[in-house]
Amino acid sequence: MISILVIGSLLIVVGFWGLLTRKNLIKMVLSIAIAETGLQLVMISIGYIKHGTAPIISGPVTGADAASMVVDPVPQALVLTAIVIGVAVNALLLSYVVSLYRKKKSLDISDFKELKW
Amino acid sequence: MIKKAVSFVVIAIFSLMLFAVIKEWETASRLKPLAREYVTREPAELGASNLVTAIVVTYRGLDTLGEVTVLFLAAAGVGLFLKLRDREKKTPRRNSSEILKTGITFVLPAIIMFGVYIFLNGHLTPGGGFQGGAVIASGVLLLLLTFPDYRPKYGAIHTIESLSGTFYVLAGIAGLVLAGGFLDNRFLPAGNFGQILSAGAIPLIYTFIGLKVGTELTGILSNMKGE
Repeated sequence: MISILVIGSLLIVVGFWGLLTRKNLIKMVLSIAIAETGLQLVMISIGYIKHGTAPIISGPVTGADAASMVVDPVPQALVLTAIVIGVAVNALLLSYVVSLYRKKKSLDISDFKELKW
Repeated sequence: MIKKAVSFVVIAIFSLMLFAVIKEWETASRLKPLAREYVTREPAELGASNLVTAIVVTYRGLDTLGEVTVLFLAAAGVGLFLKLRDREKKTPRRNSSEILKTGITFVLPAIIMFGVYIFLNGHLTPGGGFQGGAVIASGVLLLLLTFPDYRPKYGAIHTIESLSGTFYVLAGIAGLVLAGGFLDNRFLPAGNFGQILSAGAIPLIYTFIGLKVGTELTGILSNMKGE
């Protein structure tokens, strides 16, 4: 599961790199989405237990010794909510970009200087 | 140029931090105490096969309620950003192809049914309200792409959304009054372990969550498409 951890960390770095260097607003939103995906992969891989199976009690995984067979369900529950929130936040950011574009007819972040000090 | 260098340094430091985490990382071989407690207590206590569902809906139910609220706020924000504009001239769009139009009549009912299946079986198999709602919304996305002039019935969507949200909170209060605490699922009979009508109120609550998430994502999609 270390590979998932590495891939997730790489995606986080790629996302932050894009966020810092890109000027296009839509590309910045996509960078946030990429970093978010990486973070979700990292969280899932943290919950992995060696030779564990899905945390669902049925078939060979029975109540008595389930605790020694399943992976950690808590990070999975967290990621489940994080994915949905991520979708909603991306939609919100993209519609914000749309309304910014309507104001200035530009997608370049350097054209928005009102709050810059 | 100096900006590029600064961001490169920041990213390098950040990568070093992540690298330190990965280098020291060892895959755990046993559950942490909290997870162990959940896994051993859950089947007798709540009766849901899917432990993730039990955690999302009951043990951490308040978080899920907050999350649904965040989703609602995001949907409202999308509506606010995209609705405040005069409806200028509509660009005529090309009609969809015959294959797409015919195909969707076969596929769409199956997609909606699959979404409902996912959130009804959330306590037994991988799945649940959020996933099922997302599947339903993806069906609506297909509908919106196929028929560019189609407008979902906003009245019906908002009614379903508000009613499912209200009933979700009411189910939580019922748990507070009739069982152990807010969003406790045991105010309904536990049923047989592994049956569709089991795990107390979890299927009921997940149905409300599924409807709410489905209608909210539908609202976001139609707002963004109505742009």
